[in-house]
Amino acid sequence: MEQIDKLQEKKIEPAINLPRKPLVTIQPSKSWIALDLKTLWAYRELLYFLTWRDIKVRYKQTLLGAAWAIIQPLFTMIIFTIFFGRLAGIPSDDVPYPLFAYAGLLPWVFFSNAVNNSGNSLILSSNLITKVYFPRMIIPSAATAAGFVDFLISLIILAILMIWYGVTLTINILFFPVLVLLTVLLALGVGMWMSALNVKYRDIRYALPFVIQLWMFATPIIYPSSLLPEKWRWLIALNPVAGIIEGYRSSLFGKAFDWKAIAISTIITFVVLIYSAYSFRRMERSFADII
Amino acid sequence: MQPIIKVENIGKQYTLGDNRQPYLTVRESLMNAARKPLALLRKSNGDAQKQIWALKDVSFEMQAGEVLGLIGRNGAGKSTLLKVLSRITEPTKGKIELYGRVASLLEVGTGFHPELTGRENIFLSGAVLGMTREEIKKQFDEIVAFSEIEKFLDTPVKHYSSGMYTRLAFAVAANMQSEILLVDEVLAVGDAEFQKKCLGKMSDIGSQGRTVIFVSHSMPMILRLCQRVILLSQGEVAADGTPQEVTRKYLSSNLGSPAQRVWDEDNAPGDETARLHSIRVLNEESEVADSIDIRKPITVEVEYFNLKKDSRVTAILHFVNEAGITLFSSNDFTNKNWWNAKREAGKVTARCRIPGNFLAEGQVFILVALGTYNPNIVHGREYDAVSFQVVDKSEGDGVRGECTLEWSGVVRPMLQWDVETEKENFPESFESRL
Repeated sequence: MEQIDKLQEKKIEPAINLPRKPLVTIQPSKSWIALDLKTLWAYRELLYFLTWRDIKVRYKQTLLGAAWAIIQPLFTMIIFTIFFGRLAGIPSDDVPYPLFAYAGLLPWVFFSNAVNNSGNSLILSSNLITKVYFPRMIIPSAATAAGFVDFLISLIILAILMIWYGVTLTINILFFPVLVLLTVLLALGVGMWMSALNVKYRDIRYALPFVIQLWMFATPIIYPSSLLPEKWRWLIALNPVAGIIEGYRSSLFGKAFDWKAIAISTIITFVVLIYSAYSFRRMERSFADII
Repeated sequence: MQPIIKVENIGKQYTLGDNRQPYLTVRESLMNAARKPLALLRKSNGDAQKQIWALKDVSFEMQAGEVLGLIGRNGAGKSTLLKVLSRITEPTKGKIELYGRVASLLEVGTGFHPELTGRENIFLSGAVLGMTREEIKKQFDEIVAFSEIEKFLDTPVKHYSSGMYTRLAFAVAANMQSEILLVDEVLAVGDAEFQKKCLGKMSDIGSQGRTVIFVSHSMPMILRLCQRVILLSQGEVAADGTPQEVTRKYLSSNLGSPAQRVWDEDNAPGDETARLHSIRVLNEESEVADSIDIRKPITVEVEYFNLKKDSRVTAILHFVNEAGITLFSSNDFTNKNWWNAKREAGKVTARCRIPGNFLAEGQVFILVALGTYNPNIVHGREYDAVSFQVVDKSEGDGVRGECTLEWSGVVRPMLQWDVETEKENFPESFESRL
């Protein structure tokens, strides 16, 4: 009897005010999927927290902590200077070789780490993907963003090197943030695409480090693109990272920009980013089922 | 009245091959494409026989504040339904409308990172579950108080005991500001004390007008928490009604009685060492009975196949009451003659006898398992395999005698009392009061 009374009591209780329209409607998605940037925006704090987690966890229990962000490009630069600058005598467009190499390595190390980390990010987050809903794009984006923090830290070394070698900044430096943005977008585009493919084809995991290594040699990092014969220059311009990296040097060392190369890089970057975002959205539906 | 959850004809199809080899290598894809170039074009009809519907035409509505229990055998589609509702996986057909924010607790500690501290994980896990930083800050003290880990707030959670970890994880999810809460079987972990607290919190959620869908294998928990229960069977809604009706239907779905369960070879719990065959609750007359007089003895009969010679398998029974409290458990190795005897492969029948005047009245659920010790292995286990009702007819010769008040205690053994009287032996001062 007491129980029946309780039940009735509950029914009389005014229900919470429900919205007229459903907050969420779940149904099978059509073949054409919108990017849904609104939901992505709603989850921006999650992007922040996942980025923060990646950074925090990466340097936890390490002795040197965030110094590792500097060590990688710095030591690579030193080794490159010894082998390629000194021993092989590769020219560096009238810029001291260490500075030349570091200016190329800085965006490259960010780009390659970001692509590699975000490429593996989804499969490493399988426990999240199968247990909770949020826009999956957040995961590779957070991996890229975490790498960007390292990039910012290693900028300090660049500044020190620039002062050391007495490089004076020109108006070209104003273009620097645009190049940084392009690098981030390209890394995001490639990384996101790889991460989605990786869910379905685990080959990506093994192929990625290898491809990135080859990619580095196809990018003017240890050598200037001026080293290549004129008629092959267009080929290297097809590598979107090449135009960006030469752009970094022009902007830092006050040389003339190769606008054509930068334009090609920009177009490729946006094509890759948009294609990758749509293909990610299309593949996203089956992540929880196949991961 | 407007429902808060509206589920219409939801279906979810899985390709069977997906379970075994979920991801392909590029080589395999290329090989497949090369072998049957047309397969890509007729993807939808060619592989029809390999596909199964994990959910078929599931429809129901829920009012705000309802607490719904979702029950069903393994593979009935409970978890798939929760995953579809929480948008982890997409339905193949149908439509769901949700008129409130959804929080889902499908796992303890979703988003937790072992290297981070308790404090950090509260924020991380909260964000993963969909809370904003402001909301987490507002709830922070309550989360910490609920989880009882104040002292270890700045210790990495990898150093936590599993109990602390569970408490913290549940506290985050339970304090989410959402109108709808989806809970999978997550309370199986954690100590009894905390389970009680969680159940309390969940009933709170219900009375706050929060809507809860709760998956559990524990009938006692379902009976205690839910106002309504849906039984899923092979992806379809087999019953939808009051907890008493539906749990009874569920428990008796096998052979028409909740007191008897016989497994097919295919789905019997077990492994290559031992496999369950049947379990029955028998009354004094050796008949299957789901209602037993409190004064009468009960026999629980377990039949299983011992598939390996010399393997020392033991049948294990746990007796659980409606509140989810394990009353006692017992193994057949209590019979030393049998335990020390040489084992043959074959069918084993083990009977456990529970004396009359021992159990308290109410519903009793039995967990049956087969195990071996050294090393400890559970070969197969079934929660709530059978259940029966203990009935006290209060005819005066039971433990409660002629008392009609509520009789407390989870068991009701008839104990021996020695009582004697010494005539007129009391202090003199009492005499004046007489």
